[in-house]
Amino acid sequence: MARIIVVTSGKGGVGKTTTSAAIAMGLAKRGHKTAVIDFDVGLRNLDLIMGCERRVVYDFVNVINEEATLNQALIRDKNCNLLYILPASQTRDKDALSQEGVGRVLDELKKDFKYIVCDSPAGIEKGAHLAMYFADDAFVVTNPEVSSVRDSDRMLGLLASKSRRAEQNEEPINEFLLLTRYSPDRVKLGEMLSVDDVQDILSLHLLGVIPESKSVLNASNSGTPVILDEKSDAGQAYADIVARYLGEDRPHRFIDDKKGFFRKLFGG
Amino acid sequence: MSLLDYFRISKVGTASVAKERLQILVAHERSSKNQPSYLPQLQKELLAVIQKYVNVGQDAISVSFEQDDDQETLELNIVLPDHK
Ligand SMILES: Nc1ncnc2c1ncn2[C@@H]1O[C@H](COP(=O)(O)OP(=O)(O)OP(=O)(O)O)[C@@H](O)[C@H]1O
Ligand SMILES: [Mg+2]
Repeated sequence: MARIIVVTSGKGGVGKTTTSAAIAMGLAKRGHKTAVIDFDVGLRNLDLIMGCERRVVYDFVNVINEEATLNQALIRDKNCNLLYILPASQTRDKDALSQEGVGRVLDELKKDFKYIVCDSPAGIEKGAHLAMYFADDAFVVTNPEVSSVRDSDRMLGLLASKSRRAEQNEEPINEFLLLTRYSPDRVKLGEMLSVDDVQDILSLHLLGVIPESKSVLNASNSGTPVILDEKSDAGQAYADIVARYLGEDRPHRFIDDKKGFFRKLFGG
Repeated sequence: MSLLDYFRISKVGTASVAKERLQILVAHERSSKNQPSYLPQLQKELLAVIQKYVNVGQDAISVSFEQDDDQETLELNIVLPDHK
């Protein structure tokens, strides 16, 4: 059975697209045929993060409007042949998406793919609503910061009441917390909310913590999802997240300060 | 804790303040999420009626909405001024 994963947050700029690209690549690398869809119509960015911006011909809206077939619009990833990208339209706005149209495209994808990752736009308007409406699982991307935590809580309320599963009285969407841009040293100094603090407030199943990392900018600069940078902390954190999602038990590696003894001693 | 941190005058970080504020806010927003949208208007009109008879202030009345598994209740609280 195919599963639809929405990567959502409410608040903008917290790392949804970075996360969508990383986990879609991670799932595909683990042998699962995966599609990743950019729901940010008008502000498409997933193509850049995936490094396929020059290969975009047709987009999600073209498929919904039947101006192109799904196969014409899907772009096969250059690094992994089990991964496909469905870019957003850059010239339309979010009203170009309809519930019926999105449902139709997802149904077609479900026949051929194991995982369908939906990269949600920020906000709680139409684009964000449609990105989460058909989801089976939700990855709630949150930064350890007051406005992000509040918006995540708001999003949880919507997942529980305004999704297809909620409306049809099915099993609720599985919700997972992904805490990103985490700085263990700042947490230690009491300057940043800790994982436990955020968990106390949101009470969500923690899928993983992604540290604040320079490797994320490097990855987006070069158009390769950060999970392919296997030496980087963020890349490893995303690989752990994918493994946990697939049912493996992995210890959390990036919650504690990893600095060496001497740097610790002198507060480096 | 680094050695230098240890000697630094310990200042309380702002994270604990953030957590406290969030806990209060989130609890409030969760409880008011399902409340009917007519509630503020209802509260305003009730206040106007009560003020015709009793001299009460703006904050003398509170209306809250609660939802259990099988029933919804509207709780109305009016604090009358004490007169000696
Ligand atoms: N773990 C991280 N460490 C450092 N920088 C990060 C990390 N995660 C994301 N960023 C940076 O944060 C910015 C926003 O990331 P991203 O575009 O993934 O967020 P988004 O939630 O998709 O934003 P939007 O709401 O606009 O769609 C980018 O500049 C990205 O490089
Ligand atoms: Mg984005």
